Amino acid sequence: MSDYLLKLYVTGKSPRTEKAIANLRRICEEDLHGRYELQIIDVLEDPQLAEDAKILATPTLIKRLPPPLRRVIGDLSDKEKVLLGLDVWPDPPAAAPGETE
Amino acid sequence: MSDPGDRPYAVQKLATGIESFDLIAEGGLPQNRTTLVAGTAGSGKTVFAVQFLAAGIAAGESGVFVTFEESPRDIRQNMRSFGWDLVQWEQDGILALVDASPDPEIETIESGSFDLSALLARVENAVRKVGAKRVAIDSLGAMFSQFSDQSIVRRELFRIAIALKELGVTAVMTAERTEDYGAIARFGVEEFIADNVMILRNVLGEERRRRTVEILKFRGTGHQKGEFPFTIVADHGFVVIPLSSIQLRQKSSEVRISSGNPELDGMCGGGFFRDSVILVSGATGTGKTLTVTQFLAGGGAAGERCLLLSFEESRDQLFRNARGWGMDLEGMEKDGLLRVVCDYPEVASLEDWLVRIKAQVHDFRPSRVALDSLSALERGGSLKAFREFVIGVSSFIKHQEITGLFTATTAGLMGGPSITGNHISTLTDSIILLRYVEAFGEMKRGMTVLKMRGSDHDKEIREFTIDQDGMHLGRPFRNVTGILAGAPVHVSPGDIERIWSHLDPEAGAEEPQATPAQSD
Repeated sequence: MSDYLLKLYVTGKSPRTEKAIANLRRICEEDLHGRYELQIIDVLEDPQLAEDAKILATPTLIKRLPPPLRRVIGDLSDKEKVLLGLDVWPDPPAAAPGETE
Repeated sequence: MSDPGDRPYAVQKLATGIESFDLIAEGGLPQNRTTLVAGTAGSGKTVFAVQFLAAGIAAGESGVFVTFEESPRDIRQNMRSFGWDLVQWEQDGILALVDASPDPEIETIESGSFDLSALLARVENAVRKVGAKRVAIDSLGAMFSQFSDQSIVRRELFRIAIALKELGVTAVMTAERTEDYGAIARFGVEEFIADNVMILRNVLGEERRRRTVEILKFRGTGHQKGEFPFTIVADHGFVVIPLSSIQLRQKSSEVRISSGNPELDGMCGGGFFRDSVILVSGATGTGKTLTVTQFLAGGGAAGERCLLLSFEESRDQLFRNARGWGMDLEGMEKDGLLRVVCDYPEVASLEDWLVRIKAQVHDFRPSRVALDSLSALERGGSLKAFREFVIGVSSFIKHQEITGLFTATTAGLMGGPSITGNHISTLTDSIILLRYVEAFGEMKRGMTVLKMRGSDHDKEIREFTIDQDGMHLGRPFRNVTGILAGAPVHVSPGDIERIWSHLDPEAGAEEPQATPAQSD
């Protein structure tokens, strides 16, 4: 069972989209240890989904679970901010299992 | 039409349907373009933005409202008071709301670069979904406070403005100003939508708020210049009072109507003109309200509907006075020929009064409108606002082919200048002066028709009396001069003859005798 339900809203296949997806996947693997489910939503394909979630900026990462709902906008290049948004406290560097990969 | 090339057409206008606004915009807002509506807090930006869509929907054009500030729930609720049912329109698929208002429940963290493509996609989606011709975005300033990097917001809003153009919609974007006279808008938004700019103002002066709208520029097309007063009222929304536009359209008719007093009709060359405005000016107690009552009774006798706007006396007082003069206003009211509106002038601004008077006229469809008195309304605002009110009301009345009778009170008991009269005398077609004349220890009343546009009239100052049958005009004051100046001086008959003989040597000797004989 995944602990984290994440939705990433992007627009098309722009370099910024690619960068955000790559940044997010890396953070998830390193700090969520695979306990997550990620949905990627292209608002150009389905604008109504962006409407329902009231998305303005892209990329926008929404943490649906666990509560509280959080929103992180941008290409997710600032890892500390992303972790803040995910309510994840990074593991101490020595104990990080993904550090060598 | 026959030119197949990309020769540009002149900028077309989209009639907004907002009362009188299209007049000052000379047809409406520039079509397929974005207009910036800038104003301070409380200047009516949101009302204008929603009304732009509401008027479009009334004309069969769908709309999209993008809110950056108020929640959709608040907007739906606030706009109900203007009679706009946004929920119904949304259900009917003719209006779409795009909610870009900040959500205080959700914390947003910025990490790296982003753009507002999702917002743009949502706006485009909404426009396509309802087939919108009009888009309103309210308000830009709130978008800047949602994100830390203002240059991104500025660039993205510019993209949205361009996208709206490509979608073929006509749009308004509202923006905040910090002061009524200063920079166009905060955050430099005029830098990216500078083609069309209008400004709403809500200026405090003499302890009263006065709203004005000014079209600063419409690139490539014309508009009226300067500030125009407007008001925001329930059931109407935005109502502009377009001074320069209305004056040009007045018709004029040769039809005469009775003043309610045959002798006064005689002095006016056969009665008042039907679509004219008459000013009755005099000191307190000289008979202004009597002239009004006569005018209403005259209308009643001819089977015409009359509207009385009374700002000084209550309905009961008016009816009692009328009975004292042998006129039955109460009966007229029962027969549906009279409507009396009594209120303190202070209950509404002058702009609101103008809208209320128009609404009464549209509702009751009178042939005659009496307003007693303008001087009471003068307390309701600055001289400029008052003058605009009088222009607005008199041109409206004339346009409706209604006869208007206004009264004005002069300050001095014996006459002299009247502030009201000074500022509005050029706006009225006819002026009747009522004056006290002191003659050998007695106060007499005098009346003269000072001006009667388009007609011959009696130039004499006639004495009149008031009794249980109303007003009776008598002989002219032959042996008194200086009545209008407020300083009557008695002249002996011999002096008068001598003056006449100087002025007109031929008929001089007979003149003083000839005229009184005519009036018998």
